[in-house]
Amino acid sequence: MTDAPITGLTLAADIAAGRSSAVAALDGHLARIAEREDEIHAFNLVTADQARAAAESIDQRLAAGEDVGPLAGVPVALKDNMCTEGVATTCSSRILEGWIPPYDATVVQKLEAAGAVMVGKTNLDEFAMGSSTENSAFGPTLNPLDTSRVPGGSSGGSAAAVAAGFAPLSLGSDTGGSIRQPAALCGVVGMKPSYGAVSRYGLIAFASSLDQIGPFTHDVADSAALFEVIAGHDPQDSTSIPHQALTDAGVLSVSERLSEGVDGLRVGVISELMGSIDGFEPEVLAQTRAAADALAGAGAKVDEVSIPSAIYGLSAYYLIAPAEASSNLARYDGVRYGHREQGKANTGLMMSASRTAGFGAEVKRRIMLGTYGLSAGYHDAFYGKAQRVRTLIINDFERAYQDFDVLLSPTSPCVAFPFGAKADPLTMYLNDVATIPSNLAGHPALSVPFGTGADNMPVGVQVLAPMLGEAVMYQVAAEIERAAVAAGGAS
Amino acid sequence: MSDPTEHGLTRDEVAKVAALAMLELTDDELTTFTGQLAAVLEHAKDVEALDVADVPPTNHPYPLTNVFRVDDAAAVSVEDKERMRQAVLATAPEAEDQQFMVPPALGEEL
Repeated sequence: MTDAPITGLTLAADIAAGRSSAVAALDGHLARIAEREDEIHAFNLVTADQARAAAESIDQRLAAGEDVGPLAGVPVALKDNMCTEGVATTCSSRILEGWIPPYDATVVQKLEAAGAVMVGKTNLDEFAMGSSTENSAFGPTLNPLDTSRVPGGSSGGSAAAVAAGFAPLSLGSDTGGSIRQPAALCGVVGMKPSYGAVSRYGLIAFASSLDQIGPFTHDVADSAALFEVIAGHDPQDSTSIPHQALTDAGVLSVSERLSEGVDGLRVGVISELMGSIDGFEPEVLAQTRAAADALAGAGAKVDEVSIPSAIYGLSAYYLIAPAEASSNLARYDGVRYGHREQGKANTGLMMSASRTAGFGAEVKRRIMLGTYGLSAGYHDAFYGKAQRVRTLIINDFERAYQDFDVLLSPTSPCVAFPFGAKADPLTMYLNDVATIPSNLAGHPALSVPFGTGADNMPVGVQVLAPMLGEAVMYQVAAEIERAAVAAGGAS
Repeated sequence: MSDPTEHGLTRDEVAKVAALAMLELTDDELTTFTGQLAAVLEHAKDVEALDVADVPPTNHPYPLTNVFRVDDAAAVSVEDKERMRQAVLATAPEAEDQQFMVPPALGEEL
């Protein structure tokens, strides 16, 4: 692992120019998987045979002079909560073990149309509920940078797959930080798009008003390229943003902005997420300040900004997300798909027994929390109030974006932590405090590596932007990345 | 009813919620979950400091309403329909005559 990782765009250019081939690219990555996957456990399933057939077909089409797409021959890993026709999709849950989806998610179709080659389905906290991948029913994923530590979560397998060189690109899903936090902990780039910019068709639902699919990559340019491939209106998703709104905002052409620099842009550093809440490591705060200084040095106007309601986001999230989850996960009852307990005298007993055997402890906790918050007599005090707090957060962001183009904060309060260090559920939830507000508001946010913190582990800096503000968000992230490389602190 | 956020969560309430959610808990699990869920709800009390009486609720981050498609049947061939039906039934726990099979829905036994 001494070589600098090869990026997806470099690989695509090499394959397109004939300097490499889809099969050679696949073999290189499968070799790395063979070397370290037993130790890391990034995947629930490696689809080597299927990938080889796809890569051979792409090489043949390239040889015939066809335009195969912008990611022709580039390996990509998918979080195992995205439906893949004919390939098992588990959500890292016993309740879906053995289930074979009869259709592809829209993002899977888009990747295939772009020429990408799927190498496998990555591990996650069961049903994307967690921040460490310790909640997977199939065992945790290890952080490739230090295997005594978690990779973050819930998309820990996708983050680890990129960090370990198993695939240059991967997709995760982000409901409260599940792309950005593992990206920060594994030293890669992770991005949550504006709600509705990427289709959720075929993404197995956790909390439908918060879930978004987004990319993991080694660098910002790859992230922009992969986002452009998966973004776009989809009539199959009723919450998908219309094509015209996406193009008007420049959401589908973010790569053009990467080299523009930040001269004159206004950057607000969120004061509530810079130490007024307990648990933020001093090194993480110092790196975030250094990133802000680097932007100022490149010509941006940097100032502190207050988002007073940000600190209430955590409470609102842990009432809203479990409420939606308790409704979404009611479908797992052993009737139409997934695990069924045998030998039960009636359907009701079969359903309860199947759910009890199929779900892990964290999923049960959240289903019960959501059921409680929605039940008669409690709905207004919990769920209703949380929805009003959600409005406050959106209003606070709106006010801030009158004065600033983007906002800045740490992605995670801490660097990657040892396994078992946050065994208490509430302690684990507190880890999401900086990422949750963007999900509640539906806004895009990106984590970009910037130097290291305690024990030489990578720090991620979060760039937040207003609804459909992906273009300026990527513009600023690219500048932070340039500063990190110049400082020699890029991981 | 008094303000439900003012009293701590009880074992009985958690047992009731588990039953509503179709989950069976052992006594030990009931104790553990009650403590953990009470801690989360206790933390969530911080929102009580906010006056939100006049704030409208948000249930969705992007203003889309009434998204309809054209009411045309999708152009799917008879063969494709049959293939999709078979694919769905193939992963069902139990199926017969193109239907999902379950134990008796009413009573202990037929």
